[in-house]
Amino acid sequence: MQLIAESITKYFNEHIIFKDIHFAAASGSCLAVLGPNGSGKTTLMRIVSKLLAPTAGTVTFNENGQVLTDTEIRYRIGFLGPYLELYQDLTATENLSFFAKIRGLTDYQPAMNRLLDQFGLKGREEDPVRAYSSGMKQRLKYVFALLHQPDVLFVDEPRSNLDAEGIARVYDLFSEFKKERLLILATNDSEDLQFADERIEIRVAG
Amino acid sequence: MESLNQKQGLLQTGTNAYLIFKKDLLQEFKTRYALNAIFLFALVTLFAVSFAIGTFNASSDILSALLWIILFFASMSGLSHIFVREEEAHTADTLKLVAKPTEIFLGKLIFNIVLLFMVELLVVPLYVAIMNFTIYHILLLAAALLFGTFGLAGGGTIVAAIIAKSNARGALFTVLAFPILLPVLVTGISVTKNAATEKLFSNPVSELQSLFAFAIVIITAGILLFDFIWNE
Repeated sequence: MQLIAESITKYFNEHIIFKDIHFAAASGSCLAVLGPNGSGKTTLMRIVSKLLAPTAGTVTFNENGQVLTDTEIRYRIGFLGPYLELYQDLTATENLSFFAKIRGLTDYQPAMNRLLDQFGLKGREEDPVRAYSSGMKQRLKYVFALLHQPDVLFVDEPRSNLDAEGIARVYDLFSEFKKERLLILATNDSEDLQFADERIEIRVAG
Repeated sequence: MESLNQKQGLLQTGTNAYLIFKKDLLQEFKTRYALNAIFLFALVTLFAVSFAIGTFNASSDILSALLWIILFFASMSGLSHIFVREEEAHTADTLKLVAKPTEIFLGKLIFNIVLLFMVELLVVPLYVAIMNFTIYHILLLAAALLFGTFGLAGGGTIVAAIIAKSNARGALFTVLAFPILLPVLVTGISVTKNAATEKLFSNPVSELQSLFAFAIVIITAGILLFDFIWNE
């Protein structure tokens, strides 16, 4: 799969966030989005993942020369970031089952159990998310983002709230994921950049 | 082939709308936020009205108007919650990531319709009993409540989606919803007055048709506009 972003520009009211950003990335690689706080890394991630419309420019996902529709993209991408929460009143299982069913997955239980185990959440899956620590919530977000086996994974602040063991699990995942699929990280952490094949640096506008 | 794809698309939209409705229902039964707000508002208003005007003094005109005012403002206290909750809990983007706007709107609309029916099931019989409100044409009242609920829920859901993204959510909802839902209120009151009259004073069919038409128009407009509101 190939991702092409052309002339991405974003304004909030009269305030410019960034202008004319171009890049392309393909499966089997990792792209890192860098920039100081307030530079618009999160906004760019939201635009590229189709969560937010750009003021100008286009984002396309291609596969074998075919442009994917928004619905197809929705099934093919995974996303996690600090502003993207799961339902706090529901348990981890209720959350994951809801998202799996809505994504059209039928036999998702084995993958769900494997991922819960991989991220150290086995045994706590029937607790409401509200009762989780911030690190456990971040781990659950990884399970949510990976459950449907996406071809593109967007991760905003990959190490957020994770302990050393959690970071090690995530780094194992990144090494494996970028072998055949596309990994896009928004980070300011130099250790995360070990996975990056390409980098985009956003500067604060103005 | 194209019509088969369309059928599959419609089936998927329906299934996902049902899943979103089920998720909202599960959340609501765990927190009872909207349910408590609407029930308590309706009950407090009902008892306040009964104490203020007494049970035998009011004419059917006043009783009809008061019933719809209670239902309208009770629904205003809870219908916005369906989108405000998603924005406040930062789950709107998560939902946006997995579902199409039409599926989300329909799921939320079904939830608001069910919520309103539950409130009406409790409030209307209580109101009739406490206020000594004689209904001669029960089916007519039931039809007005049915179509009125679709209109209130349809308008309430789309306005809830608009105000959820603003800062002054609570204040804006009723202010924006009132002019949009005024036709439901006025026609609902008129049909209820008719249902409370032994001999019908006007043909209720045209009024029911307008209630039904309003519901269809507001729900269709909601489906068409929701994409722009949700993705802004």
